Amino acid sequence: MSQPFRLNKEGLINRNKKISFTFNGKKLFGYEGDTIASALIANGIHLVGRSFKYHRPRGFFGAGVEEPNAKLQVEFNGHSEPNVNATEMELVEGLSATSQNCWPSVNFDIGAINNFLKMFFPAGFYYKTFMWPKSFWYKIYEPFIRKAAGLGVASLEKDKERYEHKFEYCDLLVTGSGPSGLASAYAAAKNGAKVILAEDKPRFGGTLLTDDVSIDNLSGKDWAEKIVSELKSMPNVTVKNRSQVFGYYDHNMLVMFERVSDHLEKKSKFTPRQRLWYIRAKETILSTGSIERPIVFGNNDTPGIFLSAAAKEYMKVYGVLVGKKPIIFTNNDSAYETALEFKKNNVEPIILDTREEHSSELIDEAKSKGIDIRFSHGVIVANGYKKVKSAKIGKLNKDKNSFEKIETIDCDCICVSGFWTPSVHLASQSGNKLKYDEKIDAFIPDKKKQHETSVGAANGSFTLEQSLKHGFENGAYLSAKITDTKTEIAIPNVNEKKYGAHDKFWCMPLPKNENPKRFVDFQNDVSVSDIEIALREGYRSIEHVKRYTTLGMATDQGRTSNLNGLQLVSNIENKIVPEVGHTTFRPPFTPITIGTIVGREVGMEYMPTRKTPMHEWHERNNAVFVDAGAWKRPRYYKQGNETLFEASKREAKNVRENVGICDVTTLGKIDIKGPDAAEFLNRVYTNAWMKLPVGKARYGLMLREDGIVMDDGTTTRISENHYHMTTTTAQAANVLSHLEYYLQIVWPELNVNVVSTTEQWAGAAIAGPKSRDMLSKLYPDLDVSNDALPFMGYKEIDFFGVPSRIFRISFSGELAYEINVKSDHGLFMWEKMMEVGEEFGNQPYGTEALSTLRIEMGHVAGPELDGRTIPSDVSLNGLVSKKKDFIGKNSLGREAFNVESRQKIVGLIPIDRKSSIPEGSHIVKDKNVKSPNPKLGHVSSSCWSVENNNPFSLAIMKDGKNMIGKKFFAVSPLKNKSIEVEVISSHYVDPEGKRVRS
Amino acid sequence: MLYIKCPYCGLRAQKEFSYGGDATVKRPNINEEVSNEDWDNFVYMRKSPRGKHIELWQHIAGCRQWIKVQRDTATHEIFQTAKVTEEIR
Repeated sequence: MSQPFRLNKEGLINRNKKISFTFNGKKLFGYEGDTIASALIANGIHLVGRSFKYHRPRGFFGAGVEEPNAKLQVEFNGHSEPNVNATEMELVEGLSATSQNCWPSVNFDIGAINNFLKMFFPAGFYYKTFMWPKSFWYKIYEPFIRKAAGLGVASLEKDKERYEHKFEYCDLLVTGSGPSGLASAYAAAKNGAKVILAEDKPRFGGTLLTDDVSIDNLSGKDWAEKIVSELKSMPNVTVKNRSQVFGYYDHNMLVMFERVSDHLEKKSKFTPRQRLWYIRAKETILSTGSIERPIVFGNNDTPGIFLSAAAKEYMKVYGVLVGKKPIIFTNNDSAYETALEFKKNNVEPIILDTREEHSSELIDEAKSKGIDIRFSHGVIVANGYKKVKSAKIGKLNKDKNSFEKIETIDCDCICVSGFWTPSVHLASQSGNKLKYDEKIDAFIPDKKKQHETSVGAANGSFTLEQSLKHGFENGAYLSAKITDTKTEIAIPNVNEKKYGAHDKFWCMPLPKNENPKRFVDFQNDVSVSDIEIALREGYRSIEHVKRYTTLGMATDQGRTSNLNGLQLVSNIENKIVPEVGHTTFRPPFTPITIGTIVGREVGMEYMPTRKTPMHEWHERNNAVFVDAGAWKRPRYYKQGNETLFEASKREAKNVRENVGICDVTTLGKIDIKGPDAAEFLNRVYTNAWMKLPVGKARYGLMLREDGIVMDDGTTTRISENHYHMTTTTAQAANVLSHLEYYLQIVWPELNVNVVSTTEQWAGAAIAGPKSRDMLSKLYPDLDVSNDALPFMGYKEIDFFGVPSRIFRISFSGELAYEINVKSDHGLFMWEKMMEVGEEFGNQPYGTEALSTLRIEMGHVAGPELDGRTIPSDVSLNGLVSKKKDFIGKNSLGREAFNVESRQKIVGLIPIDRKSSIPEGSHIVKDKNVKSPNPKLGHVSSSCWSVENNNPFSLAIMKDGKNMIGKKFFAVSPLKNKSIEVEVISSHYVDPEGKRVRS
Repeated sequence: MLYIKCPYCGLRAQKEFSYGGDATVKRPNINEEVSNEDWDNFVYMRKSPRGKHIELWQHIAGCRQWIKVQRDTATHEIFQTAKVTEEIR
């Protein structure tokens, strides 16, 4: 149970709490506060995965978001998650981690044969190899590549976790709690601003936790703790750890990903796993710090090679040694701090510095402690397959392109530092065009595009003194603009080590006749030679080089590789880096779970469910529901073992023979009031509305301005200046917006108001030859005769003591009425109807029967009014007034709308009177013509005509009216059917419309 | 996500609004003769400028008023919003 690489004292972990976990089946333990990575390294485990393309052994490289290699499949809290970053995931009891992209195991991976076949996998190999024979691609090549080049496996189980979204507004959002972030947040908070401080890691403080500095005589860590606890105590400040601001969107909208409970062993049922914050900030401080970049050398991907700052973080935060015989390979002073930290822990490092012998505060300190420093030296190639064992090192000549001396020295880890790259991702996402800073060989933010201010290392200033000063100043300045308060804060005294200049050196040359892989991008296995190939093959734009080589395209988004890639391109192209430019930074900065993006919008909460007041009755009576937008409508009421087909036939037949009731609450209803209401309707509808008397309904047709039918429905004149409009269920919202558009923008002079009343009224249609008898029983005091309540008549009268509206309108083509009562009385009305209707053979009918009834009557609905038809296409030209103007009228004169052969609505019946015609079938002359078979039209709606007991369809067909009596084929390749059909009139039943008027 | 100032309700998130196209298009008067060309221009022809654009939005999940928004189509910067009865300079 001993941990060979754990230091005795150092670190911020809780040594009183052991946590057990497994890695590739092996039982191990770590401490509370460990990441998977720190716990594995403490146990001496470095080989954690295989690389993407060549299946080379890979170990840890970083200690946080920059990690390119250590992506694990992790099972914890009952779910399995792929591609978890081992350097970020905190250890929890019982966690089980396994390596990805290796088979049968990470130690013995058959895919590693790719490493020896690497000549077949150069840049762009996807585009070059596997091209022949063509038919092999889907069955052999693609599955092979997919299997070989993979990350983790997504779980097929339903995600049982809870995820949440939160919307927040603040004056200042500070992204990152390093020195500059803490200073900014503190200054702004003191000015009374509403501040959110977000830190990605579990611990606040950023580099203050690892750097050997003091602020006002406190250690960096203690100062950070003091500031954070003060911030936490202030009511105007929200302090969040484990929270990554990953996206910067328009108008200062930032999105943050909070890991709420992944690190907890137990949590309450309603604690979300993760939370997505939408934060609208007036000002944003980007204190995202910087990421160390490596120096490129041979076999630089061997396990045991680390970024030098990561090695220091493992010692200082986790009390873990990444090795006991380290080589520090650097071009700058910061890695000396890592060396000194090793030395402090009684480990003897060797420093290889690419710079010529010189002196600085840190170099002098390292020298005085007796550390072996070799100037003008670098690592040429790392030796060792699954773990670095030794390094071939070289003394560079003056031009740094060849070697004066080469030797091999033993080591068990190499800590590499190629200087620092500011994390400018969020700044770039905000629209900020970056500029290249020659002093640090990296891009930094340029002019602001939104309300963002980059401070500290993210802005290219790498000293603590500067970072704090910028932080305090900007925090105070930005918040004072908002709160109009200025609180004086003394900038603290800082004690830090002064760094000397870094060396503009990023890639080790190779000795003659040696050609080890030198990786630029670890996660996608992109080496120096791959980029050279891309450039040789003519790719010039950095965006093209990126896509051809996949440089910087993996989940780590090239955090450690982008700048070295740019250096390489600029060297080969003989350009300077700013001329090459950089690739686009896109959100998310780090991978986030799909669950977080979805939030609570899953299952029942995916969208709102609209239920009619009668829903409960439908449920009790075996209704099978269908979605109509957000509405649930009964499709049919199942009796016994009935199928949809049988039930809908029964229901429709009963309407034709007796009487049925249908829940029509979902129809859109709009109340229209005002002295100009009639004039308005007259402009909105194609037919005339000025003379509609009070107490009468009229069918109306509305067009878009381009002449296409938009919607249809009836509108009833309730009183002089009050109309009740109905729309189709699907178009209700669009029609309301459409009316509002004309009233507010086009004709504001019309004194009319519109408001949706869809949810205020419950509606039921009573249809069938016995509906009048039933109505007279429902309304014993009402004269229901054809004279007193004629077709398109309207009455207001109590329904068993409840106010109600009766409209004599019909969608089924039968004698029919529609009753509306206030929603609260809907269920009462329905139950009363069921009770009273019994003696007339009343049955409820659903949307399927409703469709059948309207189709065989030739009434058009959504499938015919599909956004491509004008009134004459669907035999509604009788409703188009020639006398008055209306919306869309001018378009109806267009030439294409008036040619003789234009599409028209027709009816179709199969010759055999048996075969149902699939909706969507194409009508063709000859079914045997090879495609493309000229299409004459399409089948829009199909039903089984209960009146004639055979299939019947509506179709929209070229020159339709002249095709009546002719025979064609309705073909549906999708259903593999072709049915011989005869064209007939679209009005299959009661073409004169006698029944509705009876 | 845009942050749009409704002249009636104040600053609201984009998801409360619905886009309504070019606000400078004027419908030919009702009951007046209009040439085919003018009608086609009204129904179909729209400019797609890069830069400032005055457009209609409806505060659909709010006050339901149609409003005018002057927005930069490339940067999404919003310069001004107004009631539809007001002019945007």
